[in-house]
Amino acid sequence: MAESYESQWWVSESFWRKCAIFITAGMALVLVVLTFHTLYAIGAGADAGRVPAYSVINYRIDYVPDEERGHLVPEIGPMVPLFGEVMSEEEAKALVNHGKLTVQAKNCMNCHTLLGNGAYYAPDLTKAWLDPGWGNEQARELLMTMFLKDPVTNARTFGTNRKMPNQDLTDDEVRGVIAYLKWMSAIDTNGFPANFETLPQDGPVYEPPSEASEEGAS
Amino acid sequence: MTLGALNYSDLSVGKKLAIKYFTVAMVLFLAQMLFGLLAAWQFIAPDFLFGFLDFNVNRMVHINAMVVWLLYGFIGSIFWLIEDESGVPLVGAKIAEATFWVLTVAVVIVVLVYLFVQSGPGETATLWLINEGREYIEAPRWADIGIVVCMVAIFYNVLATFLKGQWSGISGVLVLDLIALAGLYLCGMFYTTNLPVDQYWWWWVIHLWVEATWEVLVGCIMAWGLIKTLGARRKIVTTWLYIEVALMFGSGILGLGHHYFWIGTPEYWLGIGGFFSALEPIPLVAMVVHSVYDAGKHAFRSNNHPALAWLIAHAFGNFFGAGVWGFMQTLPQINLYTHGTQWASSHGHLAFFGAYVTIVVAFIYLALQKLRGDVWMSGGLVDQGRKWKWALVLTHVGMVGMTIALLIAGYEQSFVERAVGGSTWQAYFEGQMRPWFVEAMWWRMAFGVLMTVGVVLLLWDFLTIGAKETKPMLEVKSLDEAHEDVQVGEVGVAAQS
Repeated sequence: MAESYESQWWVSESFWRKCAIFITAGMALVLVVLTFHTLYAIGAGADAGRVPAYSVINYRIDYVPDEERGHLVPEIGPMVPLFGEVMSEEEAKALVNHGKLTVQAKNCMNCHTLLGNGAYYAPDLTKAWLDPGWGNEQARELLMTMFLKDPVTNARTFGTNRKMPNQDLTDDEVRGVIAYLKWMSAIDTNGFPANFETLPQDGPVYEPPSEASEEGAS
Repeated sequence: MTLGALNYSDLSVGKKLAIKYFTVAMVLFLAQMLFGLLAAWQFIAPDFLFGFLDFNVNRMVHINAMVVWLLYGFIGSIFWLIEDESGVPLVGAKIAEATFWVLTVAVVIVVLVYLFVQSGPGETATLWLINEGREYIEAPRWADIGIVVCMVAIFYNVLATFLKGQWSGISGVLVLDLIALAGLYLCGMFYTTNLPVDQYWWWWVIHLWVEATWEVLVGCIMAWGLIKTLGARRKIVTTWLYIEVALMFGSGILGLGHHYFWIGTPEYWLGIGGFFSALEPIPLVAMVVHSVYDAGKHAFRSNNHPALAWLIAHAFGNFFGAGVWGFMQTLPQINLYTHGTQWASSHGHLAFFGAYVTIVVAFIYLALQKLRGDVWMSGGLVDQGRKWKWALVLTHVGMVGMTIALLIAGYEQSFVERAVGGSTWQAYFEGQMRPWFVEAMWWRMAFGVLMTVGVVLLLWDFLTIGAKETKPMLEVKSLDEAHEDVQVGEVGVAAQS
């Protein structure tokens, strides 16, 4: 036993105190820089294309394999407006916002998961808009509305008897929640959930009213 | 001070306040158990309390009671140690007393609103008055503001007391950590339509609390506890604390990235989050080595056996619950299939228990010893320590049983719902109906009941331990004092490991 260990630099208090301070500061700095970039990239409708503009609810949304990235990615298709109404970005945002407020006010997250986060008592809502359980594109909006208005009678529990309690949603809240779910399904989640098969979407697409027919109508 | 009697009036002002915080914490601990049992039973019998006290309400009270009682435990611990550590009486005692009552009344109102109002219309007012609807931080905005005000007041008490008295390595880390802890809460106090932005900041609160600032806070409490129960050398304990801070923040801050795999955030988080979160168990290993070495170094000769037992339980619980159970699913290749399944629930149960419940319990034993007049709490208690030992065993068997049951359910869910079924609603319910899942829910229920029995026994022990003892506390010879007698090289080994 030559020199005492305690005189070595690598057991000294001051060395480790400096390490603690500089490592913490360094990591925090990296996190702050990444945060700026991430927030820039995940703005609704940002160029990075990860989080869609709210007016994406005017379009058909699908979830399809991407060869290059090796997983499923959202695909924005032709115009198929929600409830048949073409909305401006502001109108769409207001509707999606009402839906998100409703989902928070009704505490949905303590049964369901959203983007996989929440509780595990009920299904994940990330791709609920695209769920094959709705049957087909034409029936979906009606079935979703009926379910949200009266989830007890219209429950599909697949034998588990685990029903959603009636949330007494107003018609506007129901429309908002559906818009929110449609918008959510278009977020690029790096392939989560995997292996998801969407419902068939081959209904009619939106035809903008032609000049002639507008004239005829007037 | 009278041996065995309740010497509450003899305690210093900070310690009296700590006892109040601990008392509320234990009431909320019982509430957490109760609402956990209700929610667990609803997995088995979904009609139970349906439309009256639904799963989302029970689950919210279950996790909120936990967050709040652990915070109460931490605040109580800080008020308990602050006067000893600073060497002066608590500064701003009246403010501290008022803060306790304001905070407690606010907590009671929030819980009553959760239970009796539950939810509201889809308007901003609901988020301000009833429920914010964001897991773990559901408290309505008015309560958020109240919590921040109370935290600022508590921070004033802590800072002013240390400024008046003396500083130490432990108090320095503690004060800086409290700034981060309180500041992070602000990140959860806003509303946005954009869900990925919402969840981005939401994780700043949740992750940077439980996987960074809370861990460092309990590191401080652990350091102080080892000095108190074993007489561990302050220099070594402090050096370890710095090492732990460096490793904890070095891995945990960017480990945040493991929550940014699937919420719409850019792909670089897959690599950053996977890499740094895989390092997160390392500081927890360090804590195990450190505490077990110290305990062995002192031949388990402690003045408070139950506290030391729970401190050791903390070291292992933190490593397995937070470290191993987190690591199992932290790489994105695995997390793609486990994210949002009972895996997370398994990890959450063992981690919160192992990392945080244990250390608060240990600290309460330290406080009770003083409350009973520095009474004997080493080996050979009047009841042979049956109550504390059985409470320790039952809570741990109950928790480990629940964790394993939930893990089995999570495995099954990952296979049936996620990998094979592709996460559709039908796949979800198919996963919930398989025997592996259904039986796991029964096992979880059974072990939950067992744990509740353990918690009741623990609270009974809290009320009675030391009451019939007649011997004074064992004097542990501090190695700081004994240092001169010990060969220098021998002590140095502690730092090496």
